[in-house]
Amino acid sequence: MSNPIFWLFALVAVGAAIGMVTTPNAIHSALFLVLNFAAIAALYVLLNAPFIAVVQITVYAGAIMVLFLFVIMLLGAEKLRGVSGGGTWQRGLAVILAAVLIVAFAITFLSGDVLPSASSGTIDTSPTALGLHLFEGYILPFEITGVLLLAAMIGVVILNKSRGGEDA
Amino acid sequence: MLEVTTNHYIWLSIILFSIGALGVLLRRNAIIIFMSIEMMLNAANLLFVTFSRQAGDLDGQVLVFFVITVAAAEVAVGLALIVTIFRTKRSINIDEINLMKG
Repeated sequence: MSNPIFWLFALVAVGAAIGMVTTPNAIHSALFLVLNFAAIAALYVLLNAPFIAVVQITVYAGAIMVLFLFVIMLLGAEKLRGVSGGGTWQRGLAVILAAVLIVAFAITFLSGDVLPSASSGTIDTSPTALGLHLFEGYILPFEITGVLLLAAMIGVVILNKSRGGEDA
Repeated sequence: MLEVTTNHYIWLSIILFSIGALGVLLRRNAIIIFMSIEMMLNAANLLFVTFSRQAGDLDGQVLVFFVITVAAAEVAVGLALIVTIFRTKRSINIDEINLMKG
């Protein structure tokens, strides 16, 4: 395993995540999230998942974040300041709940019996193998995904249609 | 340096998910809450890929593929909803979105 590369990208991912949550400017948040996605894509490469890494960059860091930045700039939402409106007790409670979440996850995942047993040897994770696996075992979910995307597209068009000539 | 094992990836995923949850709880800007949710989905994806490698099985990676697709659809609809709310309320601060409050 390539240790220094894992630690580098893990630190970048966590740092970008903290930056995303704490920075007051929404544009900076979005850019931190792009950095986080890129670091996770690098970890996917380390995890022997090159196709997922490329999809992560193109779909997440590319398409989805462009949509986010577009809406932030369209609404001028980067000016909305303030981390929490509900006083400091809400903030403290949120931090406590996040800590409880970490502990709960750690107990669940690291207890040992949820981990799949380690396999010997590496599998073929090339796009060809992944595509064959997708179309041999998951053809119905794949088709349903197409319907889902169509429904989402129609929903967005209906939601943002200007009503009765009224200027949107 | 320490040997990197599956547990390191699990810890990274747990930490990223919790930071995302913290963002949902702390922030009042609807778009940033949305971005935090995306980060939580990403943490789950990282776990899927980790387990996929651990089990020597491609199913985890196929599932990540579907999660990314659903996330893309969700972002499109969610941002459209935020734009619609902004048109009526002139704000996306979730403390001010309380029309349903009795």
